Amino acid sequence: MPQIPNNSWLHRFALLTALATFLLLGAGGLVTSHGVGMAVPDWPNTYGYNPFFFPFSKWVGGIFYEHTHRLLASVVGMLTGILALWLHGRAARPFMRWTGAALLILGIANELLLPKRWADGVVSGATGLVMLGSSFFWPRCEPAAKWLRRLGWIAFVAVVLQGVLGGLRVVLSDDALGIYHATLAQLFFALTCSIALFTGKYWQKSFSLEPQSEEDLLNPKTGGASVLASRPAGEKERLARTLAPPLNLRHWLVGTTALILFQLVLGATMRHQHAGLAIPDFPLAYGRLWPATDPESVARYNERRVEVVAANPITAFQIDLQMAHRIVAALIVGGVGLCAWRVKRIRGLLGAIVFAWIGLVLVQAALGAATVWSNKAADIATAHVLVGALSLVTGVLSCIVCFRSPEFARDTIVLSPVTTGVPDDHSIAAGPAAAQAQS
Amino acid sequence: MKTHSFILVAGFAAFLQAAAAADITGTVTLNGTPPPERAITPLKDDPTCGKFYTEMPTTHFFVVGPNKELADVIVMLKGVSGKSTGASAPPAVIDQKGCLYGPQILAIQTNQKLLVRNSDPVLHNVHVTPAASGNKEENQAQMPGSPDLTFTFPAAENFLRVKCDVHPWMFAWITVVDSPYFAVTGKDGTFKISNVPPGKYTLTALHRKAAPTGMDKDIEVKEGETAKVDFTLEVK
Repeated sequence: MPQIPNNSWLHRFALLTALATFLLLGAGGLVTSHGVGMAVPDWPNTYGYNPFFFPFSKWVGGIFYEHTHRLLASVVGMLTGILALWLHGRAARPFMRWTGAALLILGIANELLLPKRWADGVVSGATGLVMLGSSFFWPRCEPAAKWLRRLGWIAFVAVVLQGVLGGLRVVLSDDALGIYHATLAQLFFALTCSIALFTGKYWQKSFSLEPQSEEDLLNPKTGGASVLASRPAGEKERLARTLAPPLNLRHWLVGTTALILFQLVLGATMRHQHAGLAIPDFPLAYGRLWPATDPESVARYNERRVEVVAANPITAFQIDLQMAHRIVAALIVGGVGLCAWRVKRIRGLLGAIVFAWIGLVLVQAALGAATVWSNKAADIATAHVLVGALSLVTGVLSCIVCFRSPEFARDTIVLSPVTTGVPDDHSIAAGPAAAQAQS
Repeated sequence: MKTHSFILVAGFAAFLQAAAAADITGTVTLNGTPPPERAITPLKDDPTCGKFYTEMPTTHFFVVGPNKELADVIVMLKGVSGKSTGASAPPAVIDQKGCLYGPQILAIQTNQKLLVRNSDPVLHNVHVTPAASGNKEENQAQMPGSPDLTFTFPAAENFLRVKCDVHPWMFAWITVVDSPYFAVTGKDGTFKISNVPPGKYTLTALHRKAAPTGMDKDIEVKEGETAKVDFTLEVK
């Protein structure tokens, strides 16, 4: 029985949510790149207005970027909420009905009791009305698998948390919260892309959607071997070529992806120092392979730097941070290159993902250099953020595809030449359990 | 009768002190070649603020005269505290005009009112980011034509930054001094600190780039005599 209802519209909506999240990342990146994170000093209002009713004539300077970011965030929050409900299928309707009614009543009460805050009532009431009205005919599909429904709610909670983090960052004027906000944004994007993968036809056709126990995997009727055994001969060979890379590839994929996440955290920490470029040249650093960071040298760097925007002074810590960022970038290029080398014989989705990955990290490295050479031009720095996000997502998706293929299970089945017709160097080594399954 | 005597004596003592007080004058110059100023491109590119300028505005960290006179240097008596008359001093004013702060370098006393004015036809927000404990971080929106915003700072602090988050190229630095004994050099590089009681002091010159932590010189102020001290700051 299929774990996901074959719902191409749900998949398209998940893709839309992921795309909107990507745009939101860009909008947030522009806010930080332009140094206007505090351009709207209040939250959740915007200069006292309900954000959906803030007059367009007041979208000046940095307010344009910050306010656009907040509006996009609301859209992404809404899309994520709809996605979470859609994954629940028809079972979501009672919840929608009650929640919609509550929001509608809240909106009406707001209009009666707080007429000056009429805009809040309009937003609440309109949301409630739409939820209540649509609950009578939508969603129509069967619920998704429990784990996927849970992912949908995790995504919704994450986007709400993200909104709160962003708001508190402004209200408390706390740069550390900005770093958490930036990191969660990347993780949330990876989550929305994963949900898009899980709701797609490729996932349904190629992989079992429920996590398989070791027993199930070794079961001749349901396990990995049976997947191949049931296929026609030509497809067995194709699948074996697709699915039989070296076992430790997943370690490299996970390790490299984790390194990218670490690099994104480093990058977010650098950006939220609000100190501009700590090192103004590349590939050298203040004309050297490793820059001097003694107090006199740092004082000289600050003396010679002419800031156009209100940047904080450069510190030795920030210089060390940027050097670490450069070193980790080199490690990532090496890690992804190694993964690409190890999947070079694989065709199919995993091979395609990893080769796209190497392209992305090379572009990312170039953008990093361009960020320095352009003296941190806002558009280039933001592109660097976005390609970094795509690099993380690519790593996450490659890990998911790699792990969920039955052939990559812990004590996986040996793909013998008899089963696959493929020479032995494509086999995956397995433990005693696999030997038992073979007999 | 006793009250009248007391007032007479106190007044005479103040007169004597004032008569004994002296001035400190001097000039600040700059040695070395400062880095070139940069064009404030985001200002010119801004659809609202860019209209105020026919030419490209530039930064002005180093305002150097023909004879190397350096402006925007804060010269003050170091280590003198608790003498502030800020509470009764007239307010200092900083204006937002042409989407820039003027002046960009200002010195005030502790607890002296600082008025921030918006002379522009555009919204600004005034974000004060102090580092000294006791001075409060504030972020206030200021619509065009709205009343001046008022700030006071109870703690001494060098180069307390004020910025506009709507227009990130807008920033200024306020040095808060816990005494009235300070001055800011003009374009001719000169300064004058008035009514300094006689004594031995350390005079410090602070410049945002060339001497952010100050250059010190010892000085003795003698009764009724103007003390002269010149500073030469170096840029490497």
